[in-house]
Amino acid sequence: MDANLDAAQRRRANRGLIAGLVIMTAGSFAFGWALVPLYDVFCRAVGVGNAEAKSGRSQAQEAIDPNREITIEFVADPASVGSFEFRPKVASMRIHPGKLYDTEFYARNLTSQASVAQAVPSISPSVGAKYFHKTECFCFSPQRFGVGEGRDMPVRFIVDPALPPNVDKLTLAYTFYDTTQSAAR
Amino acid sequence: MAHDHAADTTHHDDHHGEPAHGIKRWLFATNHKDIGTMYLVFSLTMFFVGGAMAMIIRAELFKPGLQLVDPAFFNQMTTMHALVMIFGAVMPAFVGLANWMIPLQVGAPDMALPRMNNFSFWILPFAFTILLSTLFIPGGAPAGGWTMYPPLFLQGGNYVAMAIFAIHLLGASSIMGAINVIVTIMNMRAPGMNLLKMPLFCWSWLITAYLLIAVMPVLAGAVTMLLTDHYFGTSFFNAAGGGDPVMFEHVFWFFGHPEVYIMILPAFGIISEILPTFSRKPLFGATSMIYAIASIAFLSFIVWGHHMFVDGMPLAAQVFFMMSTMLIAVPTGVKVFNWTATMWKGSLSFEPPMLFALSFLFLFTIGGFSGVMLAIVPVDFQYNQTYFVVAHFHYVLVPGAVFAIMAAVYYWLPKWTGNMYSMGLAKTHFWLSTIFVNVLFFPQHFLGLAGMPRRIPDYAVQFSDWNMVSSIGAFGFGLSQILFVIVIVQCARGGKKASAEVWDGAAPTGLEWTIPSPAPYHSFAVAPELK
Repeated sequence: MDANLDAAQRRRANRGLIAGLVIMTAGSFAFGWALVPLYDVFCRAVGVGNAEAKSGRSQAQEAIDPNREITIEFVADPASVGSFEFRPKVASMRIHPGKLYDTEFYARNLTSQASVAQAVPSISPSVGAKYFHKTECFCFSPQRFGVGEGRDMPVRFIVDPALPPNVDKLTLAYTFYDTTQSAAR
Repeated sequence: MAHDHAADTTHHDDHHGEPAHGIKRWLFATNHKDIGTMYLVFSLTMFFVGGAMAMIIRAELFKPGLQLVDPAFFNQMTTMHALVMIFGAVMPAFVGLANWMIPLQVGAPDMALPRMNNFSFWILPFAFTILLSTLFIPGGAPAGGWTMYPPLFLQGGNYVAMAIFAIHLLGASSIMGAINVIVTIMNMRAPGMNLLKMPLFCWSWLITAYLLIAVMPVLAGAVTMLLTDHYFGTSFFNAAGGGDPVMFEHVFWFFGHPEVYIMILPAFGIISEILPTFSRKPLFGATSMIYAIASIAFLSFIVWGHHMFVDGMPLAAQVFFMMSTMLIAVPTGVKVFNWTATMWKGSLSFEPPMLFALSFLFLFTIGGFSGVMLAIVPVDFQYNQTYFVVAHFHYVLVPGAVFAIMAAVYYWLPKWTGNMYSMGLAKTHFWLSTIFVNVLFFPQHFLGLAGMPRRIPDYAVQFSDWNMVSSIGAFGFGLSQILFVIVIVQCARGGKKASAEVWDGAAPTGLEWTIPSPAPYHSFAVAPELK
């Protein structure tokens, strides 16, 4: 252990200690990676985090409730008059919770230059907001339009069957913001 | 191969009596004193590089509004300032001190693994060349904070790969340095230097080295996951692919919190050397000091959640992390009270190392208290992401870690150079530093409590006055450090000769005071006998 070792003994002691420390280093590296699955296991076992919710949601997508029908209304507003024409293709739909539906919104650039717009969604009543899931939406990314260009833009959504029974109508409203200025910066 | 290597290192000292000349002495350095000097000079250089970045930050924040730099560059400055100061200034300074002092304190002829020592130093200039060169590439340097949270960090340009590679190199360098320290302390101590007799500086470094080995590889893993997420389409932290960005925070802070103690435990060791010397009394409760360091090191592994109270965490976890964090105040309190008791009824004298150590004791304690405040969950909800946090960690890192390093330099500089430095200039440096560091960081507490967010180039006008005061403190503190360089350069060039004991009437614990000043190029070629 101490300096009263001769050179050969010390070399052997050094090599053993270095090997141990290198193994410890490798172990720490492996532990860093193992934290990813370990967290998942831990959170499931203790019931914290959203690991359960994540797996629960994927089950909900298959569970169509054929006995219940609710109304979805669509509202579309440009944020400033004269920038865009913006309206839903259909004003409302009757849907079954737990089933995927598609609909489209139409927008046309009314300005004299190429424009970028961002749609911001809102669900009312707010108690229903967390049961309304958009799996695909034109509001996920900025929309670019040439001068005078107009097009249909898709929304795909599913309503969670856990929607409280007293809710029979949900309104999906979009506000369409002209973000050309901030997008150019 | 391994055998040859070991044989070479063992016989190294017999072949070379004198240092090589010119650049070869430094490029191929295996002498612990040469490598220690290089580490310290490198650290001082990086201290000024990181300091220049801080000056840019404080100049922009001098007045509300955007005056000097654009916000993107400001963000690069805050990020790079942190990375440079942590990995370039503080950590290499402690490794440099370890290189110089551990063999001298335990009576070893050199570090146990001199060639690995050379390698671990020479990685640093390359790593920092890569890291700093990101300032000149298209898209600029990392700007998402030194914590590298995804997805923000991954939205950058080419810096992602360069910064991550630099961090891998720095991690490798730290781990090699740590292995060297452990092997030296465990296998190279002079006969009779048992572990409980060992100086506190060595003890603090032994524990720090184990912390480094335990957590630097975890950081390497975390940044590698960032790399594969960015370039190879994995989804460790990408919610769209089933990953979780909060997972990164958990892995990062599992490294990050022990890292905080990596930067302060060696400082504890230094202060535990200096206070007894200038109090002319042995350290009060030396054994309890060792247990305190070990408990702090252990606790550092179970408190990482306090960095992410607002990031989504169940109540039970918040309570656990709050309690475990507050528990750290107990061993830290043991240390502070022991240091105070060491001075009790001692015959004190106030040379520059003692002044810096006293300043450390007061100001580090302020940083510790604001840390306990931040540990309280409901309070953290308010303080999180404000200047209060900035004030807290700068109090523990600047008048904490950095002042301890300066104290160590002033304590051992005569041993390194053989000359006494100018006491007047050093004391001037001390007073300017201590006054300005408080002018700089104390008002940031007020700003944070008033709600000023951190990491912003502009702020609401009600924060103007204290920001101006803080910036004036910053410029004063920055300029004062030029005095530090002047004192060191003067001392290296010449001056009144220092005795072997250096500090008159001192009763220090380590063996470094038994050899002449300057410490000969080869010391303890024959192991000393302890009585």
